Amino acid sequence: MQTLVQQVLNALQLGSVYALIALGYTMVYGIITLINFAHGDIFMVSTYVAFFVGTALMSQLLRLPGIVVFVLTVLAAMFATALLAVLIERFAYKPLRQAPRVSAVITALGVGLFLENFTLATIGPDPRFLPKFFPVVTFTMGGVAFSNIQIIIIAVSAVVMLLLDTIVRRTMVGMAMRAVSWDKFTAPLMGVPVDRIISITFAIGASIAAIGGTLFGMVYTVDPYMGIRIGWWAFISAVVGGIGNIRGAMIGGYILGFVEIFTPVILPASTYRDFVAFSLLLVLLIFRPYGILGRPVAQKV
Amino acid sequence: MKRPSLSFLSRVLAPLRAAYESLPPPVRRWTTPMLLAVFFVIALFSPSFINLYWQQVLIYVGINIILTASLNLVNGYMGEFSVGHAGFMAVGAYVASILTVWVFPRWGLGEYVPYLFPLALLIGGLAAGLTGLVIAFPSFRTRGDYLAIVTLAWNMIVKSVLENIDAIGGPRGFMGMQKLTSVAWVYVWVIITIYLLRNLVYSNFGRGTLSIREDEIASSLVSVDTRKVKITVFVVAAFFAGIAGGLFAHIIQFINPRSFSILKSTDVLVMVYLGGIGSLGGSILGATVYTVLLELLRPLQVWRWVVGPLLLVLLMIFRPYGIMGMREWRFLIPPEERVETVAALMERIRRKREAVAAPAPAGGSSG
Repeated sequence: MQTLVQQVLNALQLGSVYALIALGYTMVYGIITLINFAHGDIFMVSTYVAFFVGTALMSQLLRLPGIVVFVLTVLAAMFATALLAVLIERFAYKPLRQAPRVSAVITALGVGLFLENFTLATIGPDPRFLPKFFPVVTFTMGGVAFSNIQIIIIAVSAVVMLLLDTIVRRTMVGMAMRAVSWDKFTAPLMGVPVDRIISITFAIGASIAAIGGTLFGMVYTVDPYMGIRIGWWAFISAVVGGIGNIRGAMIGGYILGFVEIFTPVILPASTYRDFVAFSLLLVLLIFRPYGILGRPVAQKV
Repeated sequence: MKRPSLSFLSRVLAPLRAAYESLPPPVRRWTTPMLLAVFFVIALFSPSFINLYWQQVLIYVGINIILTASLNLVNGYMGEFSVGHAGFMAVGAYVASILTVWVFPRWGLGEYVPYLFPLALLIGGLAAGLTGLVIAFPSFRTRGDYLAIVTLAWNMIVKSVLENIDAIGGPRGFMGMQKLTSVAWVYVWVIITIYLLRNLVYSNFGRGTLSIREDEIASSLVSVDTRKVKITVFVVAAFFAGIAGGLFAHIIQFINPRSFSILKSTDVLVMVYLGGIGSLGGSILGATVYTVLLELLRPLQVWRWVVGPLLLVLLMIFRPYGIMGMREWRFLIPPEERVETVAALMERIRRKREAVAAPAPAGGSSG
C-alpha cells in the first residue's frame, strides 16, 4: 500500500511534465494540424536555458533567495523558448502553409534534428544538473516519503494547466485560437488575425514546455537526447488523449506517467516500458483512432 | 497533385536523350538491358579497382535506394505517411542474420552459406512482409497523421521487443554474420526492386494505389478494392525493407536494436522527400545524393548532423516536392506508358503536315 501511494506520487510527478509538454503538441496540432516534431527539442532547449540562467543566478555573488532565482529562471526559459518557437514558426513552417502537409511535417522533423544536433555539437553530450533552488526537504506521512520538490512540480503543473484552460476558454485570445482551430478560412473573415494567433499559440505552447523543462530539470539530468526521449512520450500522451484536444493532452500525460512508473512494478524489467507504452498506443489507435477525448472528423466526399 | 516544372537535370540530360532517340528502334529496345548488364559486370569486378571504403559507400547507396524506393511506394504513391520503415528493416535484418549464423550451419550447410545468402534475404524479406500486415490492418480504419503514429509505434515496438529478447543479444546486438553483401549483390537487388516496383506502379493495381492517394472515397466508389491495395502496398514495401535490412546486416556484420531506431526511419524519409514523392527515379537520386553527401560531410564530424537537417529544411521550404517529385525518368516508364514530350509531338505534327503539303519522296523532308 505504501509503495503504491509512493508510486502514484512518482507517476503524478512524471505525468505532470508529460502533460505540460503534450499541451504544446496538441495546441499546435489543433490550430494548424501540424505534428510539430520539433517540440520535444524545444523542451530540451528550454532546460538548457534554465540550466545556464539558473547556474548564473545561483552564483555566490548575487546571493538571491532560491525562490526568486527559481521564478527568474522559469521566466527566462519561458521567454527564450517562446522566442525560439515563434522564430521557427516564422521561418520554417509559415512558408509551407500552402505546401503539401507532409512537407511541413518533414520540416518539423528536420528542425528537431537540427536543434538536437546543434546542442550536441556546441554544448556536448554530457548530462548536466540544474542547481538546487531549494533545499530538498523530505516529509514522511504514514510511511510514504515525498519531497517538497515533488509537491512543487505537481502543484505548479496543476496551476499552469488550470490557467491555460482558463485562457483558452475564457479570454479573447483563447476564443480566437478556438476560432482558427474551428475554421481557418472563416476566422480571418471575422477579424481574427490568424498569423498572430498562430504565433501566440506557438509561444504559449513553448513557454508551457519551458515550465515543464525547468521542473523536469530539478529532478532529472539534462542532456541533448532528452528532447527525443521525453518528447516522444509527451507526443504519445497528446495522441492518447486525442491530439488537438487540450484536456485530452492533460489526461494523456498522466496516463503515460502511470504507464512509465507502473510497468517496471508489474513486468520484470523497465526495458518493457517502451513496449507497453507503444502497444497501448497502437491498440488505442486501432479501436479509438481519435484518442480518448478527440472527436472523429466526418469525411465528406 | 500538380506536376512541378521541368528540372535542371532533365535539361542537362536533354542532348543525351536526343542521341538515344536517334538510335534505330531495335537498338533502342536493347539499350537498357545492355547497359544494365555492363554495369553488372563492372559491379562484379569492382572489388579489384575500387577501394574498400568506396565499395562500402556504394553498398550503402544501393541499400538506401531499396529502402527509399519501397517507402516511396507507401508515402509517395499511396500518399500515406509511414515513419516506421526501419521496423521492417530490423525484422529482415534479424531473420536473415539468424538464418546465416545459426540455422544454416546447424543444418550442416555452413560452407554453402554464401550461396544460400539470397535465400536468407528472401526469407527475411518475407518475414518483414508478413509483419507489414500489422500496419495494413490499422490502415483500414485510420489515415493520415494517426496512421503515421501507428507506424511510429510499430517501429518503437520492434526495437523494444528486440531489446528484450535475450537469445538474440538483446540490447547488446547480434553478430557473427559473414561479410556476404557485395557491390554486385546489392546491384542485383536494386535492379530487382526497381523493376518490380516499376511494374507494380504502372500496373492496373498501381493506378488503384494512385487513386487512393488522390481520394480514397472516390476510388472506392469506382470499385478500387482499397483494402486489397493497402495490404499489398504495405506488405510489398515491408518485404523490400526486409531485403534491405538483410543486406545491411551482412555488410556491417553487427546489428543491434538501436541501428533500427526512429532515426533510421527518419533518414529514409529524408531520402524519399529529397528525391521526390511518386518517383522511382527520384528515390534513386535522393538515396544517392543523401548517402554520398553525408559521406562527403564526414570531415565535419558532429556538425554534419547539424548541416544535414538544415539542408533538409531549406529543401522543403524552397522545393517542397523534392528533386523530382511526381516526375519520372523516361527509361523507368514502360514504353507503352511514355508520354511524348510536347516538342516531339509538335515536330511529328509538323513533319506530317509537310508530307501532306508536298508529296515528295521520303528522303526529301526537311530536318
